[in-house]
Amino acid sequence: MKRIVSLLLIILTLLTLSSCHGAREKKVFEIPESFDEDKQYEISIWAKNDTNVTQVNIYKDAIADFEALYPNIKVNLRLYTDYGKIYNDVITNISTDTTPNVCITYPDHIATYLTGKDTVVPLDELFHNEKYGLGGSELKFESPSFDELIPQFIGECEFNGHYYAVPYMRSTEACYVNKTYVEKLGYTLPETLTWDFVWEVSEAATAKNSDGTFKINGQKVMIPFIYKSTDNMMIQMLKQRNADYSTPLGEIKIFNDTTDEILTEIAGHIDSGAFDTFKHAGYPANFLNAGQCIFAVDSTAGATWMGSDAPLVDIDEDKLVDFETEVMTVPQYDPENPVMISQGPSMCVFNKSDSDEVLASWLFCQFMLTNEVQIAYSQTEGYCPVTLKAQQSAEYTDYLSRAGEDNDMYYDIKLKATRLLLDNTDNTFVTPVFNGSASLRNAAGQLIENVNKTVRRKETFDDKYLDELEAEMISLYRLDQITTSQGKVTLGALPTGSVILLSCIVICWIGIVAYVIREKIKAKSVK
Amino acid sequence: MKKIIAMLMVAAMVFVFAACATTNDPEVKETVNNDVADTEDVADTEEVADDTADVMSYDEYVAAELDSTVTVETYVQAKQGWWEKDGVGVATIYTQNEEGAYFIYEMPCSEDDYNNKLVTGAKIRVTGTKAEWSGEVEITDATYEVLEGEFIAEAKDLTDKLGTDELINYQNQLATFKGMTVEKIEYKNGEPGDDIYVTLGYNGASYDFCVEAYLTGADTAVYTAVGELNEGDVIDVEGFVYWYEGVNTHITAINLAA
Repeated sequence: MKRIVSLLLIILTLLTLSSCHGAREKKVFEIPESFDEDKQYEISIWAKNDTNVTQVNIYKDAIADFEALYPNIKVNLRLYTDYGKIYNDVITNISTDTTPNVCITYPDHIATYLTGKDTVVPLDELFHNEKYGLGGSELKFESPSFDELIPQFIGECEFNGHYYAVPYMRSTEACYVNKTYVEKLGYTLPETLTWDFVWEVSEAATAKNSDGTFKINGQKVMIPFIYKSTDNMMIQMLKQRNADYSTPLGEIKIFNDTTDEILTEIAGHIDSGAFDTFKHAGYPANFLNAGQCIFAVDSTAGATWMGSDAPLVDIDEDKLVDFETEVMTVPQYDPENPVMISQGPSMCVFNKSDSDEVLASWLFCQFMLTNEVQIAYSQTEGYCPVTLKAQQSAEYTDYLSRAGEDNDMYYDIKLKATRLLLDNTDNTFVTPVFNGSASLRNAAGQLIENVNKTVRRKETFDDKYLDELEAEMISLYRLDQITTSQGKVTLGALPTGSVILLSCIVICWIGIVAYVIREKIKAKSVK
Repeated sequence: MKKIIAMLMVAAMVFVFAACATTNDPEVKETVNNDVADTEDVADTEEVADDTADVMSYDEYVAAELDSTVTVETYVQAKQGWWEKDGVGVATIYTQNEEGAYFIYEMPCSEDDYNNKLVTGAKIRVTGTKAEWSGEVEITDATYEVLEGEFIAEAKDLTDKLGTDELINYQNQLATFKGMTVEKIEYKNGEPGDDIYVTLGYNGASYDFCVEAYLTGADTAVYTAVGELNEGDVIDVEGFVYWYEGVNTHITAINLAA
């Protein structure tokens, strides 16, 4: 009887351990030998568009074309116009295991998704799978090979030793310049914009008439320099000055003397009325097109909103001002060595318990890399296709050569913005990706936003303020809680619950081993 | 000895079960806390509002400089929503008193207050910064205090103010515009779900309206009703006189004109 009880205890212990081990863990994805086309799949993609119905239609067309090739896969599209909302929704859905199959996202965000175990599928093996990988033999469409992905762009999707995303589109920032006003102020645009030049012209543009209107435009409003994305602004300024931001492993380095210098410089131009931000004032394009802004920095993916003849406009026609628009790289500290951020959507695949479903998701992801989708989507804005196959195609080359033929498909500002990225791909960079890098990015922008508010509210701006601002950012974005990684995601010290669990497992095993040994000794002594 | 081992194993298992029960995807939970959520951090803003601050009349509010501190006593009329921004719960609400209206943008507030205290008609004292974004004058970085009192504004007929410089004096107020002809209905994403952009004509001029999905989402009757409108329909519209690069009223109700 004692033996039976002991045996039962051992079995129970083993069952307990095995069940605990598997608790809430998702099956690690393994590529199926073959894709089961007799099975029905329903997958979802959460996609972002730039408030651009043409982009929405391209997603829909791509889905329809894909479903025609794979009638057993139904793709449900959920639309967003904001990466942040996708990110928040994904985070919420990770805990309930209701993530989409595919989502448009940024590597910074994926780094956070990855803290859920086996949440995002590493794509390394899928990329190179002979049948279903990039350029695979069993695909029903012409997919690019791995080597046909632009190296910089696919490189941005590799972190923690794996590829967790595939690029979808790429853009950078551009400075859309009212050249007419620059020249009216007596300046000539340099080949490459510098910060000194932009600040000098912006200051000159703040001059007013006696009636309070601005001399340059005769209007009551003139914000010479508006920046859309202040996180990009800070990140690029630091990069251009070779200043620290973070280490590749996630050590926060942004709070340094150069950052303070940059903020102090910006504060001066806020105070004079030469500079403002999107968050405080509104869309740069609206001010630019109304002749109320000279330097508008926004994504190349916002090019169709820029300029007197922009195909997309948010202000009344009677407010539009006629001027010549120049598309230039963002201001530089060293114009001989221009540096600019690489941005744009990537796609990641979420793990599911059914490996066939994951494979179906991956097939759809790959479909988004075909020339048809890549070229069509890139033409909607100042985006670049992410494959050499698309960039070097006759169709795309023809598209680029037709700048200015109309104010729609061939809108010259859009094509100039696209060309800007194509010509500067080697000058682009991305920031290190780690769990918390999204928070650091937010903090980078918020530094500028807070300075903007402080100066405008006539509050004290000095060294003490900068120290307090730093502390506030660390606290708000919990930058002191980010743990550095050593090539892998680390999550800091084990929680107390985990320590108790592991200790109990060890005690169980010691008990089991001790019992077995004791029984064996006892059996031997009986013999 | 056997008893001791057995007891030890049983005890260990109990601990294991207990530990398993409390392990609820801790990694993801920590990350969520880290990046987007921690409503516990939301201060009880009722205590933050400065009781001694001078309450402004609407005229004083209008006269106040942008980026200056303002304090008003006003009443909640409608809410766009509550969400978390940088780990802090915030609410965006339409408010109005007997003198004028105030749009309050992303005011830190707990979800509980949002649902139970900032109800339609509730009186609040708000202190914040007067700001302007694309023409919309609003109060940002605000704190609030819930006060005794109730006021629900009646929609004011501003049809004859359309196209005049006077209309901005009614910014953010609840208003009606009568006999408007539908010129264009356009979903933001080309399909239902997000905002609906509505162009209505009156006396030969066109005016922009919007079904703001945060205020009246796809599950509301007005969202559906606007989506079913046809070009040429003549309607009476009710909504908040919001501004985005010009008047851009946020529609709350429509009726086919008699």
